[in-house]
Amino acid sequence: MKPLRTFKVYAIKNGTVIDHIPEGKGVEIIDLLRLRQWRKIVTVGIGFSSKKYGKKDIVKIENKELTAEEANKIAIIAPTATLNIIRNFERVSKQNVKLPEVIEGILKCPNPACITNHEPVTTKFFHDETGELHMRCWYCERYFKATDVEVM
Amino acid sequence: MVNFKNRDIISIHDFSKEDIMHILKTAKRFKAAPAPGLLKNKILASLFFEPSTRTRFSFESAMQRLGGSVITLADAKTSSSAKGESVADSIRIVEKYCDVIVMRHSIEGSARLAAEVSNNPIINGGDGANQHPTQTFLDLFSILETQGKLKGLNVAIVGDLKYGRTTHSLAYALGMFGSRLHFVSPVSLQMPNHVMHELKKMKAKFTIHQHPEKIMPKLDIFYATRIQKERFPDPVEYEKVKDVYIITNKLLTKVKKNFRILHPLPRVNEINYEVDTTPYAYYFQQANNGLYVREALLALTLGKI
Ligand SMILES: [Zn+2]
Repeated sequence: MKPLRTFKVYAIKNGTVIDHIPEGKGVEIIDLLRLRQWRKIVTVGIGFSSKKYGKKDIVKIENKELTAEEANKIAIIAPTATLNIIRNFERVSKQNVKLPEVIEGILKCPNPACITNHEPVTTKFFHDETGELHMRCWYCERYFKATDVEVM
Repeated sequence: MVNFKNRDIISIHDFSKEDIMHILKTAKRFKAAPAPGLLKNKILASLFFEPSTRTRFSFESAMQRLGGSVITLADAKTSSSAKGESVADSIRIVEKYCDVIVMRHSIEGSARLAAEVSNNPIINGGDGANQHPTQTFLDLFSILETQGKLKGLNVAIVGDLKYGRTTHSLAYALGMFGSRLHFVSPVSLQMPNHVMHELKKMKAKFTIHQHPEKIMPKLDIFYATRIQKERFPDPVEYEKVKDVYIITNKLLTKVKKNFRILHPLPRVNEINYEVDTTPYAYYFQQANNGLYVREALLALTLGKI
């Protein structure tokens, strides 16, 4: 008899698995991606063991394939996350999330004198890989470290 | 051919070398020959939500010298902005009454937002600590006028480099043109990291100094700015450094013949009055050049040149 395998999070037939999320960020990702609006079944696993990172969170979304563009939004809070597309219990693609060059409407500008903190304006940040100062606000033109920019 | 019709003038970051040269050439044309009827029947809305005499006068005079007219906020205190109207709403209303808008506002990024909601060109007359592009263009105009080029010059930028927004934009522009920059300031008022980060990214050459004496003989331009006492957490520190950055004739004994001193004005005590009569003083001509640069920007954004 085959040993009974206990599923920690049950396998999904079709949909998306976001894996290698830093521990504790799983729930934030559900809000960031506004996953509730799709009315699909979403499962969050918190505190799984990860060979690479010690502990990790996992988010599974049934019957909805996230596009890379949608998933890349999470790179700001979960840069290590991977996007896996599942069809008929098989993984058909896997990719790392990547911070997009232009990030619209997710981040809050840390500059209190910035217009985005005074009027209803969709924030916009440019991101580049050089040096420590990664993020530039399109409005006040200031540079920030990625870790100093908060998600709204 | 660079086309400026309907273009917004928000930040030095929006302009290439070619764009800047086109603006400076156009300004030179206006300086050489006035064009009194060029902007006839055009209206400039002058929205200074924050007080400014010089920039505002310069813009309003530029518009009128080109035959256009000006509508203006009489008093920012009684204006809609003081009643809590948003920048976006104010612009949506005002743009219907004019062809071009110049605005100054203390909130950073306000001009960028205004440009996004307005169908008419917006010229940024200063958005808080962020940008003041027309100042940068007139600085560049004055450097080009006195040196004949913008490439390969030795330019000292001196004073409060931390808070002085004009120094940031000027450093960026001169870096783009390939001049060598010498930043001279007290340690606590040094050029911010993000400006140096941008300069490194474009491989611009710059060095950092605390005293100007040693570099004086190689300089082409000395760009002085005000050091404000309020910027120092410790008044003792201010007393220690304040005299180091005052230009006197003594400091000018070994300078090159083409050497010129610029200053965005108003000066307080950074430039001793004795310097005014030397051939090196150029700050009053520089301020006057603001008029031609602003005439050029009005004519270009309105598509009349
Ligand atoms: Zn900002």
